[in-house]
Amino acid sequence: MTQTLQATSRPKLPRGVRLKHDEVRGEWLLLAPERVIKTNGVAKAVLERCSGTLTLQDIIADLAQNFDAPEARIEADVRALLMALAEKRLLDF
Amino acid sequence: MKMTAPAPVGLLAELTHRCPLGCPYCSNPLALEGRDGELTTDEWKRVFSEAAALGVLQVHLSGGEPLSRRDLTEIVSHCASLGLYTNLITSGIGMNGKLAKALAYAGLDHVQLSIQDADAASADKIAGYAGAFAKKREVAALITAEGFPLTVNAVIHRANATRAGAMLDMAVALGARRVEIAHVQYYGWAVPNRGQLMPSRAAAEAAVAEVERKKHELAGTIVVDHVVPDYHARLPKACMSGWGRRTLNITPQGKALPCHAAETIEHLTFWNVRDKSLADIWFESPAFNAYRGTAWMNETCRTCERRDIDHGGCRCQALALAGDAAATDPVCHKSPHHARLAEILASDMETASAPYHYRRVPARSLA
Ligand code: SF4
Ligand code: SF4
Repeated sequence: MTQTLQATSRPKLPRGVRLKHDEVRGEWLLLAPERVIKTNGVAKAVLERCSGTLTLQDIIADLAQNFDAPEARIEADVRALLMALAEKRLLDF
Repeated sequence: MKMTAPAPVGLLAELTHRCPLGCPYCSNPLALEGRDGELTTDEWKRVFSEAAALGVLQVHLSGGEPLSRRDLTEIVSHCASLGLYTNLITSGIGMNGKLAKALAYAGLDHVQLSIQDADAASADKIAGYAGAFAKKREVAALITAEGFPLTVNAVIHRANATRAGAMLDMAVALGARRVEIAHVQYYGWAVPNRGQLMPSRAAAEAAVAEVERKKHELAGTIVVDHVVPDYHARLPKACMSGWGRRTLNITPQGKALPCHAAETIEHLTFWNVRDKSLADIWFESPAFNAYRGTAWMNETCRTCERRDIDHGGCRCQALALAGDAAATDPVCHKSPHHARLAEILASDMETASAPYHYRRVPARSLA
């Protein structure tokens, strides 16, 4: 089963999963094995930070500042997104 | 219909029909295209450049066995330079450590490796190739050692249906993050082998249940994409997510098809990438426009609330079983030919013991 995401986990998009700006459609997409996932601005900002160097805590703090939003709300969104991707094996931490 | 189709997102490149294996369910056409006349390296590069400009995001390098092309690395590196997501669909035969490294360096994103069974002797018999099973284990190790994400592909049919769950365990053991497990679909070589491939209804249902059970058990370890058997269903699949909506196939000699079986629809003419640009083919060719939208549908589908969900099912199956490519897919319970499926099930049980017609590439021309 999928383990739980800790504040100190360092989420990382594994090889074969990458963000790409689609010039033809003018949007950011997450490309993965046999899948193309549309990302909105927030999701893109989260995924860009999933390089394996930042901790979940760092990512939340950084986004809260960038989007000028309370950390608690950002945290809920970030966790939901990352857990959904981890379950599909599209994110490691 | 002109220019109203959305841009394609995927392109499946049948780089060659050559393949060392002889799987009796191979989806390639019975009339395999020989080596002579295959698109050249430069022609493929042009196709991929046009594809990227058109909006294609992912390319599936397939065959036959794509490793039979000596220019595979060069093709991958060209695709990577265009920002295309590259997926190699391989039997593994022909892979070695040096090639795996070269493909990684070229920028290959993902590898799909087929397995035939979880039992070695049975796997080799299905593939028609002694030693295939052992070779695939080695290849999986090479692929994961190189850091590629691995998907294992498995096809369920009569000979391996009782080991559907064991094949999932095998995919985990091979280091796959994902497994595509599909009940055999009756296109290409599976048509003459239908009597040998079709499991009994009880066996198919047991395999479906086992895969579903294990899918939950293995959640978080491996993603299981499960394609359930068509002939046992009440509603058709959204074949290709709709004709000419998301993807296209290019054959080894450059014919552009809306799906791999489209050539069975004989009244359609498929344009060739040697004569036309990919954009012309996608937007303008009569074959790609033939079954877009809903205007071509019969009354049953056109007035159905699922018409934009399954797009009336599979055109090739409609042709094969109802005699009309524009008919409702006979898998649908609303099709007047739906009963035909039960008849096929019954008749196929009787030819059960015949040997496979192995898929074979035509002898190479001496020219
Ligand atoms: S299905 Fe089997 S025979 Fe057909 S291309 Fe794949 S490995 Fe080769
Ligand atoms: S009638 Fe046509 S559109 Fe409706 S479910 Fe059947 S195949 Fe799909």
